[in-house]
Amino acid sequence: MGRIGNKFGKLRVKKEKALVVYLTAGDPSPALTIELILTLAEAGADIVEIGVPFSDPTADGPVIQAASQRALKAGTTLSGVIEMVRKVRRESQIPIVLFSYFNPIFAYGVKRFAEDAKQVGADGILVVDLPPEEAPELRVHTDAAGLDFISLVAPTTGGRRLREIVKSAAGFVYYISITGVTGTAAPEIENIAGDIGKIRRLTKTPVAAGFGISDAAQAGQIGRLADGVVIGSVLVRLIDEYRHSDGLMRAVSDCIREIKAALR
Amino acid sequence: MKTVPDKRGHFGVFGGRYAAETLMPALLDLEQAYGKAQKDSSFKKDFDLYQSRYAGRPTSLYFAERMTRQLGGAKIYLKREDLNHTGSHKINNTLGQALLARKMGKKKVIAETGAGQHGVATATVAALFGMECKIFMGEEDIRRQAPNVFRMKILGAEVVPVQSGTATLKDAMNEAMRYWVSSVRDTFYIIGTTAGPHPYPLMVRNFQSVIGRETKRQMARQEGRLPDVLVACVGGGSNALGMFHAFRRDMGVALVGVEAAGRGMHTGQHCASINAGKAGVLHGNKTYLLQDAHGQIRDAYSIAAGLDYPGVGPEHAYFAATGRASYVTVTDDEAVEAFGYLSRHEGIIPALESAHAVAQAMKIAPKMKKDQIIVICLSGRGDKDAQTIIESM
Repeated sequence: MGRIGNKFGKLRVKKEKALVVYLTAGDPSPALTIELILTLAEAGADIVEIGVPFSDPTADGPVIQAASQRALKAGTTLSGVIEMVRKVRRESQIPIVLFSYFNPIFAYGVKRFAEDAKQVGADGILVVDLPPEEAPELRVHTDAAGLDFISLVAPTTGGRRLREIVKSAAGFVYYISITGVTGTAAPEIENIAGDIGKIRRLTKTPVAAGFGISDAAQAGQIGRLADGVVIGSVLVRLIDEYRHSDGLMRAVSDCIREIKAALR
Repeated sequence: MKTVPDKRGHFGVFGGRYAAETLMPALLDLEQAYGKAQKDSSFKKDFDLYQSRYAGRPTSLYFAERMTRQLGGAKIYLKREDLNHTGSHKINNTLGQALLARKMGKKKVIAETGAGQHGVATATVAALFGMECKIFMGEEDIRRQAPNVFRMKILGAEVVPVQSGTATLKDAMNEAMRYWVSSVRDTFYIIGTTAGPHPYPLMVRNFQSVIGRETKRQMARQEGRLPDVLVACVGGGSNALGMFHAFRRDMGVALVGVEAAGRGMHTGQHCASINAGKAGVLHGNKTYLLQDAHGQIRDAYSIAAGLDYPGVGPEHAYFAATGRASYVTVTDDEAVEAFGYLSRHEGIIPALESAHAVAQAMKIAPKMKKDQIIVICLSGRGDKDAQTIIESM
């Protein structure tokens, strides 16, 4: 079992839920991304999702779109993101998931990507526009390298499709908690409860819910249903707000502590 | 020659269904509904009826005699898609998709548009079938294609301005996809070109294939033979595939797609995805894309808003890779010249998009023999471009 599985295992024993935190790599700069990840880990984030910026992020709302643009302007590339993982791994054992659109990976080379990502210490990979139908072209390589290929389940996913996705899930099942793009609506608890219940009946793989979860209260509510919650836009917005300020790390740390407290 | 796409929407290594999970169930439903409609004779009957009585098909295949004489080479025919209701070939596809939306019980439709031709054609069918309609359009395109924006509004559609990126077609498509992710349960996305996730490239090509079928029939009647060369502009590529499809197995017919070279291929300001792009994944399909070494999509540019897109339909990528069609480029200046030429010599004002195809035909016709035949797909009319032409003079 890798770092992701171990982490969920340990949290289960402690009766805690995982806080999975997304940030866009290179926003506001590569150096600050590394410091931010170490701050997140220190403050209680259990898993970090490092977003590879893409020029056309069609699954993302305005906050992460803007972050992606800032990161690209700062010169961020997938090679650069892999370097960031290497540097973080020297100082922290926090499980790392790379979150990307497929094109940057395709341009990098699928096999080379899987090998390099594993070699620098990434643990999982999540590709938002690579559904199971198209996943094999990447997954043959990430499976071989020993990276967890994390599958997404949407509120619109149902029936046989849900069973098949869940069956092949590795690391954790990422349940998309709204029918929409990132950071744009508040999740509806009743729907989430029903869907997560369905997933649970099909698998023992941990389930984390994300998209639209914006504060500790929501995280706490959803944490009672899932094994983990993912936050993204709320942190990315904070990074944007404080990116020119000395208070950036402090603000991020406070935000994570507050949300993690709701998951204990 | 293989039949493409395969069951999962692949045209060789291109195409596919690279979509967010939230959209996948809707895409699978759509594929199923379209499959059923293809076998349903009443669907076909409705489609044909609207095509003829509403859109005005068949469009004529016109022998451009003055142009032919002046250029002094091959005979030039124009397939007059500009004569369709709404002024372009786009209505062929929107009628098909709206009928399908109606069959699927969807009352809301959305679309992206560049030149506004697809937006107008979508707004038109939405009015016809009593559907709520939102059109996503880049702000730059709203400015340069203002007449079409007015038309969409008159038809009762809401035009949603898109500011991100270069505020052109790619950005409009991004925003339409984001909106669709949040509204997918009750909204039908009418994609305007032969791109996007499967089954769109297949479905749009089939709805447009009436162009080539008619051309083949008309050519047989008028000339008693097949043409030698078909020329069509390629942005996403729906008018070109519509023209090429019926001729794909007629190996004696050369298929020529014309990409926009914008300010010149050497300037980097163009949208020639096949000539200057690399394979990649955007907007649900694998195809040739303008991108940097790191897989970030580059800004496209063309004077013709409908070609101003950094990708191309996957079937064109396949035709280019297999050599079945060839893809050439025409600059803004050449297109503008052809726009003026056709207007003054034939009394037909072409869309700036279609003018790219006209320009290519003007290049090759003089080098061909007098008994050879070129058909230009005149995909749309150019009233919408008056402002752009005035600015370029």
